[in-house]
Amino acid sequence: MAQRLDYLKETPSQTAGPYVHIGLAPGAAGFDIYAQELGWDIAGPHAAGERIRVEGLVTDGTGSPVKDVLIEVWQANAAGHYAHPEDPGGTEEGFRGWGRVITDFDTGEWGFDTVKPGPVMGRGGRLMAPHLNLWIVARGINIGLNTRLYFDDEADANAADPVLGLIEWESRRDTLIARREIRDGAPVYRFDIRLQGADETVFFDI
Amino acid sequence: MKTPAEYYQRDRQWHAPALTPEYKTSVSRAPSFPLLSLEQSASEITGPSFRNDDINPGDNDLLHNYATAGESAIGERIILHGRVLDENARPVPHVLVEIWQANAGGRYRHRKDGYLAPIDANFGGCGRTLTDDQGYYVFHTVKPGAYPWRNWVNSWRPAHVHFSVFGTSFSQRLITQCYFEGDPLIARCPIVQTLKDPAAVDQLTAALDMNATIPLDSIAYRFDIVLRGRRATYFENRPEGG
Ligand SMILES: [Fe+3]
Repeated sequence: MAQRLDYLKETPSQTAGPYVHIGLAPGAAGFDIYAQELGWDIAGPHAAGERIRVEGLVTDGTGSPVKDVLIEVWQANAAGHYAHPEDPGGTEEGFRGWGRVITDFDTGEWGFDTVKPGPVMGRGGRLMAPHLNLWIVARGINIGLNTRLYFDDEADANAADPVLGLIEWESRRDTLIARREIRDGAPVYRFDIRLQGADETVFFDI
Repeated sequence: MKTPAEYYQRDRQWHAPALTPEYKTSVSRAPSFPLLSLEQSASEITGPSFRNDDINPGDNDLLHNYATAGESAIGERIILHGRVLDENARPVPHVLVEIWQANAGGRYRHRKDGYLAPIDANFGGCGRTLTDDQGYYVFHTVKPGAYPWRNWVNSWRPAHVHFSVFGTSFSQRLITQCYFEGDPLIARCPIVQTLKDPAAVDQLTAALDMNATIPLDSIAYRFDIVLRGRRATYFENRPEGG
């Protein structure tokens, strides 16, 4: 036997279960307990950039909406900087870049308002196209699923994006591209997430 | 230009796989393609942070945070406490820990829970706190009851508390469940059994901690949480192929 390494093991993940709202969005579970719930204001009032709405539906392998999902988003600001001490760029006051959203219990539709992020410096000095980082948990999901949302009006940047370029099957890259539309004069991006099946969303092991 | 230090990759054989047919709900919700492995960039290495003014000091006291003044939740009073560490065994200070749980009868305060055990008027079932300088956290609550669920006809969840934990990077984000030492339902639970290594189940089982009990008041369980650790050194960027 060799010597033992003294690293600890990561705590194993377990499903968030059907009642994740009680802990992370109690208002939606049907009761009012905290003075403020976290994750409802991603960009804050002072953030530069285009104000956008993002909407979608998560579907399972049968095509049915997943109505008990919780999604968290982590994003850079319009200048491509994260609200984090290791990002030297800095962000606007009130910009957190983090949000949390649950689905409508009846339809499974979810949506949040934010600002469109800018390109972010990636590995090797290669710019990454503007994107949102998403983390998805729900009953039946044993460990949270990571994916990215890119924007269809950034075709050139997307074509050069090092992460999209890693996806061997070009047809699957499309699963990460949100579609822009204008509704009542304001931009809305549609991003449907398919957990399983032929057009399954690409998920990452980050 | 340097790439910030990366986090150790997740041991996907330690965690449950996506598809675990004994836990039936996973069957239609498990991705069928393999995950695409990503070398970390700023998008993965950064993550949200939380401050004291995001929460209230009493948010970690589930005995009282939803109770009428002067009353408290019904059930076996427990202290559920521990440290948030990383895989290098270093404390993770000032990170958000959120929990949710059923009441002592096994009933959730949720519009979708119709179990016949009664709601406790003085128990909400959620709490949150920030770890201190040493990564330590504590909750005061009641021990949750076991409850039935529709997997097989006679499936029962062991007593458990759901935990949501942030580290300092989005790649450390973790949701898990804490079980209680000695519960015979742990070994029978299809959700627990999604974990293949018995040591992984042990890591989710809080230990009775007599030294932390408050005599004549509350019994204590200790539940340490380990988040992904980080390389010690920054690496010079290499141009990537392609
Ligand atoms: Fe539960």
